Amino acid sequence: MAKAEEEIMGAERADLQGIPREKLLEMLRWMVLSRRFEEKTAEAYQSGKIGGFCHLYIGQEAVAAGAIGALREDDYVFTAYRDHAQALVRGVSSDAVMAELFGRIGGTSRGAGGSMHMFDSEVNFMGGHGIVGTHLPLAAGVGYAIKYRGGDQVVLCFFGDSVVNGGPFHEAFNMVAKWELPVVYVVENNSYGMGTDIDRVAAVDQLFTRACAYEGNRAEQVDGMDVLAVYEATNRAVKRARETSRPTFIEARTYRYLGHSMSDPAHGTYRTREEVQAERKNDPINSLAARMEEGGLLTDEEYKALDAEVIAEVERAARFAESSPVPGPDEIYSHVYADEFRGGLDRRDAWR
Amino acid sequence: MAVITYRDALNRALREEMRRDDRVFIMGEEVGEYDGAYKVTKGLLDEFGEMRVRDTPIAENGFAGLGVGAAVAGLRPVVEFMTWNFALLAYDAIVNSAAKIRHMSGGQFTVPIVFRGPGGSALQLAAQHSQVPDPWYANIPGLKVCAPATPADAMGLLKTAIRDDDPVVFIEGELLYNVKGEVPDEEHLVPLGVADIKRAGEDVTIVAHSKMLHVALQAAEKLSAEHEVEAEVVDLRSLRPLDLDTYVASVKKTNRAVVVEEGWPVAGIGAQVVDDIQREAFDYLDAPVARVSGLDVPMHYARALEKIIVPDADAVVKAARHVCYLD
Amino acid sequence: MATKVVMAQLSPTMEEGKLLEWKVAEGDRVEASDLLAEIETDKANMDIEALGGGVVLKILVEEGQTVPVGALIGIIGEEGEDISALLEEAAAAASVASGAVEPGFPEEADAVVPPAPPEAPPPAAPVPPVVEPPHSKAGESSVTGTVKASPVARRMADDAGLRVSDIQGSGPGGRVVKRDVEAAIAAGGTVARATEPSGGAAVAHAGAPSGPRRLADETLEPSQMRKAIARRLVTSIGPVPHFFLTTEIDMGRALELRKALNARLTGGKIGVNDVLVKVAAEALARHPEINASWEGDTIRRHGSVDIGIAVAIEDGLITPVLRAADRKGLLEISTEASELIGRAREKRLLPEEYQGATFSVSNLGMFDIDQFTAIINPPEAAILAVGGTIEKPVVVDGEIEVRPRMRVTMSCDHRVIDGATGARFLETFKAMLENPLELVL
Repeated sequence: MAKAEEEIMGAERADLQGIPREKLLEMLRWMVLSRRFEEKTAEAYQSGKIGGFCHLYIGQEAVAAGAIGALREDDYVFTAYRDHAQALVRGVSSDAVMAELFGRIGGTSRGAGGSMHMFDSEVNFMGGHGIVGTHLPLAAGVGYAIKYRGGDQVVLCFFGDSVVNGGPFHEAFNMVAKWELPVVYVVENNSYGMGTDIDRVAAVDQLFTRACAYEGNRAEQVDGMDVLAVYEATNRAVKRARETSRPTFIEARTYRYLGHSMSDPAHGTYRTREEVQAERKNDPINSLAARMEEGGLLTDEEYKALDAEVIAEVERAARFAESSPVPGPDEIYSHVYADEFRGGLDRRDAWR
Repeated sequence: MAVITYRDALNRALREEMRRDDRVFIMGEEVGEYDGAYKVTKGLLDEFGEMRVRDTPIAENGFAGLGVGAAVAGLRPVVEFMTWNFALLAYDAIVNSAAKIRHMSGGQFTVPIVFRGPGGSALQLAAQHSQVPDPWYANIPGLKVCAPATPADAMGLLKTAIRDDDPVVFIEGELLYNVKGEVPDEEHLVPLGVADIKRAGEDVTIVAHSKMLHVALQAAEKLSAEHEVEAEVVDLRSLRPLDLDTYVASVKKTNRAVVVEEGWPVAGIGAQVVDDIQREAFDYLDAPVARVSGLDVPMHYARALEKIIVPDADAVVKAARHVCYLD
Repeated sequence: MATKVVMAQLSPTMEEGKLLEWKVAEGDRVEASDLLAEIETDKANMDIEALGGGVVLKILVEEGQTVPVGALIGIIGEEGEDISALLEEAAAAASVASGAVEPGFPEEADAVVPPAPPEAPPPAAPVPPVVEPPHSKAGESSVTGTVKASPVARRMADDAGLRVSDIQGSGPGGRVVKRDVEAAIAAGGTVARATEPSGGAAVAHAGAPSGPRRLADETLEPSQMRKAIARRLVTSIGPVPHFFLTTEIDMGRALELRKALNARLTGGKIGVNDVLVKVAAEALARHPEINASWEGDTIRRHGSVDIGIAVAIEDGLITPVLRAADRKGLLEISTEASELIGRAREKRLLPEEYQGATFSVSNLGMFDIDQFTAIINPPEAAILAVGGTIEKPVVVDGEIEVRPRMRVTMSCDHRVIDGATGARFLETFKAMLENPLELVL
């Protein structure tokens, strides 16, 4: 395949592993955007502009970029609460994501959701879900709806490694396998459920084998620090889902550089500084950029320009968020029900 | 008007709605091949096929969550729980997902889903199979909750629930499936959040819903025949929104109220009804509002004790006499 | 453990009590039910008894002091027991109660005792029985708490211009409920709180030292006309629509009879009043429609003839009740009446001894009053006002004769009694007195 494409496009090397330069650049940009965005988020959080629980994605960028990179526009994406990068990569505007973090009207959910609950119906971004494992059956349900209508879309569902020990994981895998639903599940195995090493709580060595118990499922493990590996694995899974309406489970081995959330330390009781520093050497952005430069697909200037452009976008997003209005009290009752609540939702809310 | 059972009224509602709207499908344990644990879904598999009448594994959180996902994607699932006791395993799907997605997405997504099944005690099913889930759901903004007592209301409310764009928790009475009643032959819809005065009276308002409506009506007849007290019986029908205008107006007329429910007293539906009454009709009350509820214990298996634990008409009569200062 | 001695609630309307006399001193050993102190209530002087045994450790209220019901007045315990906590509690309570009691500083305490509420006229006869409780308006809290009334009762009372504090509550703990207000409105005003409702009267009867009751109370459904009469009449003169019937009675034979009987008695003496009570009781037994009460929706015909005898006492009136007077002989009536009247003058009547009469007799003859009208004491339906017996010329069989004549005026509740009904009763009453042999008919 790669060989054939190369021949068609001529002598100049335009790809890595058969992935065209355009796609590579797109994924590189997504990763850099994810990184710079989270850095800005950390800064805003520390200066008190963002509140609540805020989980950053730094280190794991290759998973979102590679996996979502394999989707079509009308496909669906579900994820958990570490959801900023998935939203950005899926195409939610950085302005809206940042404004949501700031709790402003310009946010994806008009300030109702915050860091953990990014949603965007325009790009089928199905949310940021805050309870571990809760969204796996939901993703199966979207798969059911696709099959019900005879469509060929695919559902991509991210979650963390802790999920594999819970009931919803097994209930969802059983159903998508038995009913042959077009769902691709991606576990972002960063080795730690908050501050607990997955090895300490999971009676399984390789997480992907968990899904092997369900006939009709397919499971594979990829290097989640390698965006191309994630992209290729997801491509295979999406193709299988689209063409045969069958599920796949991908285990992406990745690493988060920072603490579980903004309120947690990057290292301490559960892992060492040395370990984190060692993992940083295997940075997914640097490695893709290096390989592209090595392959003649990217120059240092081009990379710097891309980075500068991303930084400008993130700064603009922060300015947008800052200037976006704080939601007014009328928003409190606005999105609870689709219609007017009979008798009035505020009927019992005296003294406010 | 045909006289049919509550069970058949529900079946008719499902069938009519599935014929009307091909986005409507039903899923749950035993709903298909087995025709439903309580035969509510009888014959649906034959008419609508497996994709629309889906037998599920016994995995409530899983299939309820799947239903929520399908609803978000634009279908109109009806998720049947064999009983609401089992739905505790799906509480996360109902409360954390169904009730929240619209809000958390700032109104971008709707969740048009119905969760339905029988609640309450039946006969000697003991502690885990006799629970009244009403307040567990009525407490949750983002959900709508109804608990019909008659075949006509069961049909009209289920049809409305299926057409509603919000998640509806639909609590049937396990002992009501065989109750017969008149049901209109034509299309029949009952609005959510509207109570119904099932018996008019001047002396005391009895508020009840689901199975307890029948207990309340029985008590009202006794009060009339033996105690010269004419009770007005308000059937809540919906527990969220609670139609406080109806029961507040009734209490303003009668000055006295007895609130009946099968479930537990603490933080029960009745606690809310009483709060509404004291807040909106304080100056009309002639006596503290009385509550009759299930006793504050897990359900006993022994029949003799079960009978004591579940409220009966005599208890309602006693409470009504008390608020009328007749003892 | 120390036990508290408190100002006990000794009558239904008592809100405070005056300590007349301590029967014990600090350091005395007492047993349960020993007499501790004598208290003056709004109605009578009563005793406070020890609830448990022990040593009187502390006396907190001096003789002559008035304290609210519930106030700590003394402490009984074991010798040497630490009662400082109780004393603090008492001090705190006292300061809350506007410093009504200041333990150890009785004189200062006297200085801060709020003025006693206006004396409530007792539930007696010939003065208006409208009670003015110490509340200035409906729902206002009193020394002992708030007037218990259901919200709708309050609202209805407000709308009708009534005060719930003026209305006798029939609900739990005396709560004024809707039906009480409806009754008060129907009665055109109030059912005075200080009077015992007929329901309460029945309770009092149970403990009263009377013979077996001849009949059970009977509740009658008034006719539409009767209801209309009740409604219409109350709009004319006050809560109880009175009308008055006067007749003059020749007392000659009655006085002779009395004289003859007294001549045969070794101890005691039958008074004119005893004869009147006896005759009234007999007449009531023959006219049960007079021995009745208006109860808003119904009329209660009392099964027992219980006659209240108005007794003037220092600073007021009280009506000891002679139970089942129609079942008692003159001598028995006389003995019982004089005993009751004696204790009434000493303010030593128990509440059940002065509440719940079904008819009253008020005699002002000893004050040289010829004739007067008395105000009905609700829920009784009538009261008989008796004037003095006066020698005067009358025409008897065409001849002018000097005869002892007595005028009586009966006040009737028109809701219960019509003119002719009342007249027939008086006719009987008069005939019996003029021909005492009627008594045995």
